This record gives sequence, structure tokens and C-alpha cells, in this order.
Amino acid sequence: MNFVAAVGRVFLAFLEATGRLALFTGAAVAYCFIPPFYFRLVGRQMIDIGYYSLPVVGMTAAFTGMVLALQSYTGFHRFEAEGAVATVVVLSMTRELGPVMAGLMVAGRIGAAMAAEIGTMRVTEQIDALTTLSANPLKYLVAPRLIAGLTMLPLLVVVADIVGVFGGFVVSVSKLGFNPAAYLKSTFDYLERMDVISGLVKAAVFGFIIALMGCYAGYNSKGGAQGVGAATTTAVVTASVLILCFNYIITELFFSR
Amino acid sequence: MSEGRVKISVRDLHKSFGRKVVLDGLNLDMNARESLVVIGGSGSGKSVLIKCILGILTPDSGSIKIDGEETVGISRAARERVLKKFGMLFQGSALFDSMPVWENVAFGLIAGRGMDRKEAKKIALEKLAAVGLPPEVGELSPAELSGGMQKRVALARAIAVQPEVIFFDEPTTGLDPIMADIIDGLIVTCVKRLGATALSITHDMVSTRKIADRVAMIYEGKIIWDGPVAKIDNSGNAYVDQFIHGKEDGPIKMAVRS
Repeated sequence: MNFVAAVGRVFLAFLEATGRLALFTGAAVAYCFIPPFYFRLVGRQMIDIGYYSLPVVGMTAAFTGMVLALQSYTGFHRFEAEGAVATVVVLSMTRELGPVMAGLMVAGRIGAAMAAEIGTMRVTEQIDALTTLSANPLKYLVAPRLIAGLTMLPLLVVVADIVGVFGGFVVSVSKLGFNPAAYLKSTFDYLERMDVISGLVKAAVFGFIIALMGCYAGYNSKGGAQGVGAATTTAVVTASVLILCFNYIITELFFSR
Repeated sequence: MSEGRVKISVRDLHKSFGRKVVLDGLNLDMNARESLVVIGGSGSGKSVLIKCILGILTPDSGSIKIDGEETVGISRAARERVLKKFGMLFQGSALFDSMPVWENVAFGLIAGRGMDRKEAKKIALEKLAAVGLPPEVGELSPAELSGGMQKRVALARAIAVQPEVIFFDEPTTGLDPIMADIIDGLIVTCVKRLGATALSITHDMVSTRKIADRVAMIYEGKIIWDGPVAKIDNSGNAYVDQFIHGKEDGPIKMAVRS
């Protein structure tokens, strides 16, 4: 009986947490469309998320593309299908690895920073101060981050796609002996518009998830430094898991026939 | 706004956190242009009372009327309108560390009232001068200021929006006696100059005697004594006597755990 009660409590707690997150999301999204709009803050967040994430996303994408070319070459070599390397690299980067790797990297860098900053503001009463100064915290802190996350991740993924494909190209041409023109031809011959669009849709969803989880964890942090630390961990872990989960859902929506 | 009119009226206010009852049917009136100080031990519910009045916390039940308008359960838009009447100085100052001092002071004018940044900065520097800080301080980051200077900036921020009501949450906690006296003096001056109603919560009796017109003592979630500051030494209330003299023996038993 106690076991059943414990399972019930966990289930109720899960429903409560989901409900709270849903209410938070609904209110935060609504404030993205209600004036006043804090353009300066949106711009600052765009620079933080977009510009300052470029090095880490670019490096990750470059090495991912390079490894992908090497791995697919050694695999396909067994079946004498080395000609498919360029296609595999470009499809993998645009459909999957570009958005997922960029999402996970930005979750680690930006999700953690958002949770830590907002969490510190919570425990030092800065969020209460915003309220008393007639600035709605959801509108002032959360909405600009959601807008910036939603818009900047697709741009980062465009860069990741290009850099990743270029990484694969460099390895294929310099190390595996591919003809550069033939490699590029194979890259673009089999690439369809939907491959790129699905990756960008994923990126937008991942950007929203990263910003949402960072803000939610920080906004609801309790206690002192330990609470902020826990919020940071929660933000990164939940955003990473949700990214992988939504990656499957979006792939299913786009490509299952 | 006439003196003596009830500005804020709190009736039968209840607030609990889980099983912990913090406010237990609290009743309190604040008159316009009066400086009321609520005293009480740590964890007695002073900060919760202020946060309930501001709408930062939602009470479990009870009534809070501001200028006769019921504010418990009002819409978010109505709350934002009511909050324009308030300024607040937080215990830890709660300055925004992502912006310079002048922008902290001007924040309510820019973000809350949509004022032009240039005009808001001019007002912010005037308010900094009113609390004894030179204009150069305006360009510093809050992290570069001492505790006393942070309190001054927080006071400047609280008065910048010309509020009708100002709340002071433990304004002198963590300050040396001289700086505490300076902050108390600034509070008295600023509140008088604005013609504002002030509610302070503190357990610092020196501060209480300097800034209060009236004192109320909170204990176990209720106001157990309320009267003019001049009568606090002859309150006839054993709880008040024990508290103001800081005696270990008496009816107040301090909780070890919150």
C-alpha cells in the first residue's frame, strides 16, 4: 500500500511540475507579444546566444564533420560505396548533427548561464525588486531570452551546417583522396530543401527549449548558492534531455512516411 | 491626500508555507503620511507581510486594501497599476549588478514608466545627490560600492519614482552604527520631503526610535501591540518589553528552526 502511495505521490508531483512549467511557458510566450517591448535586452541576448556561441558551435561542427567523413569512409569502404561519403556528411549535418550538437553546446553554455543569472537574481531579491519597480519579471527577463533563443539557434545551425560540411570536405579531399569538384557535386546533388528546413525547425525548437529551461530553473531557484547551483544543473540536464526527445519527435514529423 | 486617512488596511491576513503558519489573522492599518515601524523577531513574518501587501506573495486568505481598493486577487494589470504607488528598499539592497548605479536608480523611470533614458539619468543623478552620493558614483557598478553606499543607492532608487508609499525592509541590517544612523537620517528626510507613507520592518530598536511615528509588534503571525513610538517604553506588554530590551527571559520563546 505504501509503495502504491509513493508512486502516486511521485506521479502527482510530476503532474504538478508539468502544470507549473506549462503555466510559466504560456505566460512567458504571451509576454513576447504584449508591449512594452525591450528591444535593447533582446539585442543583448541575441549577441550572447548567437555571436558568443559561434566559436564553440563552429569548433564542434568542424570536428563532427571531419569525424563523420572519416567514419563513413571506413564503413562504406567495406562495400565499395565511398562515393556516398559526401551525401552522408551533408545529410547528417543538416538533418541531425548540426542542430543537435549546436543545441547541446548552447544548452551547456547559455542554459547554464541563464539559470545562474536569473537564479542569483531570485535569491538576492532582484526579481522582487523588478516587480516593485513596475517591470514584470517575465516580460523583462524571460521574454527577451525566449525570442533570442528562438531566432539565434537557427542562425547558429546554418553556420554549423556550413562548417561541418566544410570539415568533411577538408578531410575527404586532403586525407581520403577525393576529387574536390566531385565531392562538392555529390554534396549538393542529393541535398534537398527539406533537409535544411527540418534542421532549422529543430534549431528553433531547441533554442526555445534552452531559453525556457534556463529561465524556468533560475526563476524558481530557492535558497542560496546551493539553490543556484541546483538550478544550473537542472537547466542543462532538462534542456539536453528535451532536445534529444524533441529531436526524435520532429524527425518523426518530417521524415516518417 | 490628507494626513490620518487610512492608506493601507490589512484584515485577517493568513499565510502559511506548508505546515508553517507565518501570518495568522493579522490586522494592521497604516495612515497616510505616517511612518510605521513593524518590529518582531527573525522569522516572525515581517517580510512576508510586506511581500503580501506588494503582491509578491499571495496570501491564503484575508483582505489588503490600498486607498480603499481591495488588492487580494486583483488582475496582473491592476497589480502593476497599484505598484506604481510603491517604492521599496530591500534588506540586501537588491541592486541590479548587470547595470551601472545610475541605471539602477533610473530603472523604475525607464522600464516602469517609459521615460527617455537621458531624462531618467538626470533625475537619477539628482536622487543620488539627495542621498549624499556624487555623480561619479553613478557610473560605477554596484559591486564596486560598500554596503552603506549600496543602501544609499537602494534608497535613491526607492524614491526616484516619487512613490506614495515606501517600504523599508531591515534598512540598517549589516551596517555599522554610524552608517546605520546616517541611513536612518536619510530615510526620515526623504520620506518627509516626499510626503510619503512609510512602512519599515526592523528589529533594530535604535533605528525604530529614530524613524517611527508609530510602532507595531508582530509575534506568531499577529500584531500584539500597536502604539505611538513615545509609548513603547511603557507599553505594558510583556512581549514588547522583552523584545525592546533584548532579554532572554520572558514570554517570547525564540524558535530554533524556521
